[in-house]
Amino acid sequence: MKIKKNIATSENGFVFNPATGDSFSGNAMASVILLAMKNGVNTTEIKADILKKYDVSVAQLDRDWEDWVIQLKEANLLELELNHGN
Amino acid sequence: MEKLPYERPYIKKLTPGVMNKFGSHSGAQPFKYIDGIQVTKLIEAYGSPLFVVSESQIRRNYRSAYRAFSTRYPKVQFAWSYKTNYLNAVCQIFHSEGSWAEVVSGFEYRKALGNGVVGNKIIFNGPSKSKEDLMLAIENDSLIHIDNLEELNLLIALSENLTDKPRVAIRVNMDTGIFPAWDRFGFNYENGEAWNALTKVVSSGKLQLTGLHCHIGTYIQSTSAFGIAATKLADLALRCKTILNQTIEYLDLGGGFPSMNTLKGAYLPGTDTLPSIDDFAEEICNKLINSDFAPNELPLLILESGRALIDDAGYLLGTVLANKRLADGKRATVVDFGVNILFTSFWYDHQISPAQDFLPHTENMAIYGPLCMNIDVIRENINLPLLNPGDHLVVHKVGAYNMTQWMQFITLRPAVVLIDEQRNIHLIKAAETLDYIEENENVPGHLKAK
Ligand SMILES: Cc1ncc(COP(=O)(O)O)c(C=O)c1O
Repeated sequence: MKIKKNIATSENGFVFNPATGDSFSGNAMASVILLAMKNGVNTTEIKADILKKYDVSVAQLDRDWEDWVIQLKEANLLELELNHGN
Repeated sequence: MEKLPYERPYIKKLTPGVMNKFGSHSGAQPFKYIDGIQVTKLIEAYGSPLFVVSESQIRRNYRSAYRAFSTRYPKVQFAWSYKTNYLNAVCQIFHSEGSWAEVVSGFEYRKALGNGVVGNKIIFNGPSKSKEDLMLAIENDSLIHIDNLEELNLLIALSENLTDKPRVAIRVNMDTGIFPAWDRFGFNYENGEAWNALTKVVSSGKLQLTGLHCHIGTYIQSTSAFGIAATKLADLALRCKTILNQTIEYLDLGGGFPSMNTLKGAYLPGTDTLPSIDDFAEEICNKLINSDFAPNELPLLILESGRALIDDAGYLLGTVLANKRLADGKRATVVDFGVNILFTSFWYDHQISPAQDFLPHTENMAIYGPLCMNIDVIRENINLPLLNPGDHLVVHKVGAYNMTQWMQFITLRPAVVLIDEQRNIHLIKAAETLDYIEENENVPGHLKAK
């Protein structure tokens, strides 16, 4: 799962999609994740890093991750991936 | 190393041009303490959901309402509207402040007696009083407010052989310029029905016409409606004196002052738009004092205010069960309290606060209760910070009508605790149990579990 290449993100959670002109504001957790995604860190690594640093259970994080992906899809921020390999 | 606080990742689309010109803040503040007691501790001790009642707030409300009227009018009496909240502990707080009891059924009447209210301080309202109820009220010298002609005839018949005449008032309904006019209760002022009833009471020779009553509606947002009601009752009272030679000892203006809750669909919060009790008192007392009563013959003014005195003294504590996204992308949060115990969510947009610290982002969401029913909506739209399962919530201003109109449905009704003025916590109603619910059920022998 990848963030579209042309998406601009800032450290304080501001996201801009130049293709659509939409802008978004995210919370601190969202900025951390977006930044990592932009840097090409994969899902497993991002989650592991969050679990290490933040006060959250695996189950809760997995649950929220699903919701996060829905939000990204809705916001049109994800690169379309046709070959999932599964 | 201590871990950082976690918050569900969340992005929100920014839409230019729809800023709220009133600049009101999102409203969400952590609300961790009620009268100095930690919300989380209350839930740990008594379970979730849980109703909490503040004795201090009830007393503050009562005293400021009493002051509003007694500083403007010489003779004022409040009567606690039992139907608004008849938990005995709550009633006793009002009685200890000097409130009489205002009841609308035989059940409530007996509750008031049980609370030690003397009969002549019980006002008996309502369209449904049985013969036994009326006889009990007559024996106790209570103030019987007649709703309809059948009741009036029954009272006359019951009084046939009595030496002391029962004390009665009639309930009057009227046009006060507001909609809806509650014309289904009592006798109408404009069409002369009220006057006919008064004539009948007096000419029967069996009843002692003592007062006049009206209750023009509830959550009334206009002071002038009360001014009109006061004027019309005063007019009837003066006519009773001059035409029927009958002195009216009291005018009971009923209840109906709004609490500071926000009505559904209102553009601004109730706290910004509603008149205060002082505004209502000013209007009512002015009209009475400026009517044609001789200054030393002003009748006693009775008020049966309910929701305005108790709503903000009640809180409902609850817990987040789950989060979901609806088909249209909107967030929904499922909580452990439903509309069956928060009846007032049908007409109020209740303020809801998280009971723990949170990070600054808020999201628009719906709050749903746990009743597997589509109507179980606590809030259709509310901006709240991201909530996690297990987080606690505080619903504000739920003291009126919820603890009497609550329904037992698929779960058990929760406990109610009172925080007294010394910050002691008292369980004033225990949570229901399955045994309690089934206590009066009976399964016929042939259907019993083998
Ligand atoms: C006769 C009577 N008095 C008083 C009240 C209390 O009304 P409120 O809560 O609007 O003050 C009611 C409520 O409906 C009522 O019917």
